[in-house]
Amino acid sequence: MTNEKASGAKPSVGLFVTCLVDTIRPSVGFAAIKLLEEAGCTVEVPRAQTCCGQPAYNSGDKADARTLALNTIAALESYDYVVAPSGSCAGMLKHHYPELLSGDPNTESRARAFAEKVHELVSFLVDIRGMKSVEAKYAGRVTYHDSCAGLRELSIKDQPRKLLVSVQGLNLEEMEEAEICCGFGGTFCIKYPDISNAIVEKKTANIAASKTDCLLAGDLGCLMNMAGKLSREGREMEVRHVAEVLAGMTDGPAIGANGGDK
Amino acid sequence: MKPESRAFKTSATQALTNEPLRKALGGIKHGFVANRAKARANLPEFEQLRDEAKAVKDHTLAHLDLYLEEFEAKVSQAGGHVHWAPNAEDARTVIEKICREANAKTVTKGKTMIGEEIAINEHLASAGITPVETDLGEYLIQIRNEPPSHIIAPAIHLTKAQVEADFRRIHKDLPKDRVLEEPGQLVAEARQVLRDRFLSADVGITGANLLIAETGTSVIVTNEGNGDLTQCLPRIHIVIASIEKTVPTLEDANTILRVLARSATGQEFSTYTTYSTGPKRAGDPDGPEEYHVVLLDNGRTEMLGSEFHDMLRCIRCGACMNHCPVYGAVGGHAYGWVYPGPMGAVLAPSLIGIDEAGHLPNASTFCGRCEAVCPMRIPLPKMMRHWREREYEKGNTPPRYKLGLKLWAFVAKRPRLYQALTGLAMPLLARLGKRSGRFRTLPLAAGWTHHRDLPAPQGKTFQQLWREREARP
Amino acid sequence: MSGPRARQSILDAVRGALNVKGDDTARKHTVQKRLKSPRANLVPERAKATGNARLKLFTEMLEGQSARVSRAKSVGDIPEIVTAYLRENNLPAELRTGSDELLGHIPWDKAPTLTRHFGRGQGGDAVTMSRARAAAAETGTLFLTSGEENPTTLNFLPDTHIAVIRAKDILGSYEDAWNALRKIYGARTLPRTVNLVSGPSRTADIEQIIIMGAHGPRRLHVIIVG
Repeated sequence: MTNEKASGAKPSVGLFVTCLVDTIRPSVGFAAIKLLEEAGCTVEVPRAQTCCGQPAYNSGDKADARTLALNTIAALESYDYVVAPSGSCAGMLKHHYPELLSGDPNTESRARAFAEKVHELVSFLVDIRGMKSVEAKYAGRVTYHDSCAGLRELSIKDQPRKLLVSVQGLNLEEMEEAEICCGFGGTFCIKYPDISNAIVEKKTANIAASKTDCLLAGDLGCLMNMAGKLSREGREMEVRHVAEVLAGMTDGPAIGANGGDK
Repeated sequence: MKPESRAFKTSATQALTNEPLRKALGGIKHGFVANRAKARANLPEFEQLRDEAKAVKDHTLAHLDLYLEEFEAKVSQAGGHVHWAPNAEDARTVIEKICREANAKTVTKGKTMIGEEIAINEHLASAGITPVETDLGEYLIQIRNEPPSHIIAPAIHLTKAQVEADFRRIHKDLPKDRVLEEPGQLVAEARQVLRDRFLSADVGITGANLLIAETGTSVIVTNEGNGDLTQCLPRIHIVIASIEKTVPTLEDANTILRVLARSATGQEFSTYTTYSTGPKRAGDPDGPEEYHVVLLDNGRTEMLGSEFHDMLRCIRCGACMNHCPVYGAVGGHAYGWVYPGPMGAVLAPSLIGIDEAGHLPNASTFCGRCEAVCPMRIPLPKMMRHWREREYEKGNTPPRYKLGLKLWAFVAKRPRLYQALTGLAMPLLARLGKRSGRFRTLPLAAGWTHHRDLPAPQGKTFQQLWREREARP
Repeated sequence: MSGPRARQSILDAVRGALNVKGDDTARKHTVQKRLKSPRANLVPERAKATGNARLKLFTEMLEGQSARVSRAKSVGDIPEIVTAYLRENNLPAELRTGSDELLGHIPWDKAPTLTRHFGRGQGGDAVTMSRARAAAAETGTLFLTSGEENPTTLNFLPDTHIAVIRAKDILGSYEDAWNALRKIYGARTLPRTVNLVSGPSRTADIEQIIIMGAHGPRRLHVIIVG
């Protein structure tokens, strides 16, 4: 299926950083690289990547979305795998690029070949690299939010949990309605802020009711939305990307917090 | 009803502070959602049945003209009449004509969304014919002069206190000191009041969940039995159904019915599923003397073969809106017309135009829960996106958003420029937000910061840091 | 638009949208084949139960929907079952039926205090009895066919509805039940109404709380004979 090199050679991963990780929280990118290297891959970060094109795509601007798609493919298609620390970006590359670029047989087949290589980070580690546990330590009660695209487009559900329970000292407690949308929805939270707020309020109520101290998920957009609401409501929660905990890189400030907040 | 979908955003904001509505909507996860999950767990073949149901409809739609002709021939053979209505006005005209020719004074109605779509009640009333809704939920909203807020449970937004107040207001002949606190008492009163209406109606109008071509049969599904009393007591039975309700055979109907109730209310099967073929036969002691089917197009042929073709598979179960976080927050009235929730977001623009209904496909996070539960596997978010594409092409996107999107796309298409700009902006924002790691307010981000804090960037971008790392020996 | 012009315009619009011609023989053949020889799609395993397991499933499904189910060894047992049931529930000792042959064999002289009426249902009926020609155990669903033998109004107007069915007419799946009716009525032919009844009437329209007896019968009592 993929062009795995002859045994002995490590598979090459082109990391699709995603615009949110790149601009807001680079530590997630470094955590991803650490995990990918632990899983026996060589990782490169092509320069020519920016945004997967979802904002344009979901706003009906197919032309710009196509351009960004072709740019992204060009930047990353030469690797054995393309891995992104985000379910929604990985879903965009894997499921929506072929659709977006259909109609033209050249771009469509290129998008399909590309899509075969694309994976979200944690599901790549577990399902493709066979990772069963991590060496990280994290003492705390943790709950996990299932981001919609990762869950429904990419079937990410058990994989992060499998690795989280292997983290020494970590106590995983499921919240009610973990699979229900947090209300971010990309441009939705800007276009319909009151509805988005109503939805995230239900989410933070469920988070609070889980009686945990730390919220994790695999998508930075969701995490920023939930972290921002939790802090506005005055709820004490440490919010991180799941990769940070799995990579044992939790010394820095949590999302929306400063150094002293931890 | 006259659409009010343009006002979706303001209606939605108002709905968010409506406490009785919020309480009612909060019940859906314990009712419809939990019950559907139980029903699905109780039937191992459920997922396969969804695939088969989709296949039945796909086949039917690909041969819709032929199945409609067969249906018509069988209805005629059984002594019934088929009327073809290209649009809502045509349907209203033919229904009024049948009622007038029957000298109808009152018309009982089984629950029919098509009836709402063509606004038949207002039309009949203005023609001096009184329509009486008999489905309890429809009756409750009829006496309040409200539209339905859910396609299966039209009065889901009401509390029993509201219903009690309405009954006391409308049922003036009953003793004022009667107790009406419990749902059982309210239902008993509705039964009593509507029983007389059933028995005295001249015409009964129902919808149809299915139209079976094999036998020329219309099928209705109820739990109350009101649809049955509506169609077997009056002299005339009129079925109003849109053309895509057709299925080929009784076996095909079985497949659809196996996923319908389970998806809608979580029941294994609805209490009453009734198959009607033509008027009463010689020797029948009851049944209508006349049977009419009004086949409505009203935009369906436009959808056929288009990028909205898949929406024609919808069997009106309501699962999508039961599972939708947006519907769950604002309820059905905010959508401003007959069809709310995800299915409304896709269907309404086809039927009333994207200019009127533009908000509906935009007010979605694309969480995908609707598609995940749709028994007919309709790709609802994809079709909402198609509507957004059409709006974008028409230039309907609000200028502020369009500018923001265009700027973002401009920069994102140019990696060097992107990295230069973000490399400048992010460290600056990080310094500004250093104290707490977040912003309570930020210029240009008011939409976000009105309700929540905005986490600050960490500092340099990943690309900046990665280049620095790579540059090290 | 109305009449033949309306009909033609809709059919033309359908064909135009599908990019097909009305006289396409391949399509016509596909449709005719499906209608002449209907084939079952997937039938759940549950519906394939036989013998006692099937009767148990049928009973459990109905009881789960708040119906009452009794067994009668023969029609001779029915008068006692009925009078006991009416007494137990403080219901009037009266009953309306159609002219169904099986019901006609019930020895009602064993229940002399029961007043019997005949014909179509009336608005004030307390108790009616009809016979189901078939049933599908898969969801505890009775198939009641219209006609003089079992007027449809008997199924919906009364407060209490008693439905009698022979054990051998209780089949597994909807497919089996429809095939049984096809044997009676012929191919591509149905009586005026076939009511599939799976319990007594109910509504959840007030605060999503289930209340029985919305418009149809409050009570359904199914008697399995044989």
